[in-house]
Amino acid sequence: MSGRVPLALLGPGVAMLLALTTAAAGAPQAQIVIKDFMFGPASVTVKAGTTVSWVNRDDEPHTIASDSGLYRSAALDTGGEFHFTFDKPGTYHYVCTIHPQMLGTIIVEP
Amino acid sequence: MAEDRSLISRRSALKCLAYGSAGTLFTLASGVLVPIDLAQAAMAPRGASGRPLFLQISDTHVGFSKEANPDVSGTLMRTIELVNRMPEAPALTIHTGDITHLSKPAEFDLAQQMLGGLRAGDLHTVPGEHDTTDPAVSEYFSRFGKASDNRGYYSFDHGGVHFMALINVLEFRAGGLGTLGEAQLAWATADLKGRSASTPIVVFAHMPLWTIYEPWGWGTGDAEPLIAQLRRFGSVTILNGHIHQIVQKVEGNITYHTARSTAYPQPAAGVGAGPGPLKVPADELASMLGVTSVARLRHPPALALTDQTLA
Repeated sequence: MSGRVPLALLGPGVAMLLALTTAAAGAPQAQIVIKDFMFGPASVTVKAGTTVSWVNRDDEPHTIASDSGLYRSAALDTGGEFHFTFDKPGTYHYVCTIHPQMLGTIIVEP
Repeated sequence: MAEDRSLISRRSALKCLAYGSAGTLFTLASGVLVPIDLAQAAMAPRGASGRPLFLQISDTHVGFSKEANPDVSGTLMRTIELVNRMPEAPALTIHTGDITHLSKPAEFDLAQQMLGGLRAGDLHTVPGEHDTTDPAVSEYFSRFGKASDNRGYYSFDHGGVHFMALINVLEFRAGGLGTLGEAQLAWATADLKGRSASTPIVVFAHMPLWTIYEPWGWGTGDAEPLIAQLRRFGSVTILNGHIHQIVQKVEGNITYHTARSTAYPQPAAGVGAGPGPLKVPADELASMLGVTSVARLRHPPALALTDQTLA
C-alpha cells in the first residue's frame, strides 16, 4: 500500500490545508496556483468529490500528470487551467512532465 | 578563423558557462568534433573551418509568444537565412528538440514548413519535452516518427560518422532527470557492438546526457551505461539542447556540448526561480540565439564545432 496514507492517521485538522469553497451546484472545489515552478500549495487535503483546479501563472508552460496515470493535462500556457474531480479517498502524487522536479500531492479524505 | 579556434581557447571561452548563439556548426578535427560559432564560420575563408558536415538547430519553440521573445518565428527565419548564407551547405541537419512550445498541431505544421526552407540537407529530429505534452503524445510521432519506427530513437551513418538519435523526455521519474529507459539502452548497446573504435560517433538527444544541474532536471538519470560503452571510441560528440545556452565538457575522447535556442535564452543553472524564458534587453537577444555547425577538418582529420549567433 505504498503511496497511500492510512486515513485513520490523519487528524481532523489536516483535512483543511486549503480553503474550500462551495460552488452554486454544491460541489466542493479547490485551486492550486502554479507560480515560480512550484505548485502552491504543494500538498492539498480535500474531501472526496472535490474538483481541484490548477492555474498556471508562469511564463513557462506546465503540465499536471498523475503518477498512476489517472489524469494528465495538456501543456498549460500562461493562464491555462486544468480540472480533475477526486471521487475516491487516497493520496495522489502528481508531477509536471516538463519540469519533473515540480511535485504535488492531493490527499483525498472520505 | 577555424585554425585559431583551438580546443583550449574554446574551453576558456566556455568557462563563461553560457553565451548567446543562433546555432552551432561542427567540423571533425583530429577525430574530435569541435563546435564553431556560425557567425564566425560564415566569415571564415572558404575551407578554413573544414567541410561542413552537419548543422545543429535546437529549441525553436514555435508557438512561444511571451515577453522574452514575442516573435520566435522571426528569429527562426533569421537563423534559417543565416544557415542558407553559409559558403558551403551542411550535408544534413539535426534538431535537438523542443521544435514546438506546446505540442500543438498548428505549431508543428508551422515549424515543419519553416524548417523546410533550410538548405542544409535532410532533417533528423529528436523530441523535447515540449513536443510531447499532448495527452496522446501523437503530434510529434505522426510527423517525425517514421525514422525511428515510432520508438523515438534511431541511428544512421553519414560521411563516415555514426549518428545516434536518442529520446530522453518520455519516461520522467518524479523529481528526477531525463530517462533513456532499458529498451533504448539495450538498443544502443546492440547498435554500438562490433563498431570500429575509430568510427567518429555523434550522439544527440534533447536533454543533456550529463548532469549539469540536478535541481532543475538538467541531466539524464540513466545515461551512464551508455557513456561507459562510448568511452572506447576515439571520437565521441554528444549534442544536446534543452537549456538554451552553451555548456561544454570534455572528458577523455568524449565532448559534451549543448546548443543555444533560436527562440529565447534561459538563465544560468540555479539563477532565479526556475528554467523559464529569460527576459533580456531587446538589443541583446540576437546575441543569445543561434545554431551550431560541425565541419570535418582534413588536416588533421577532426570534427570542429562552430556556434554562431544571430547578432
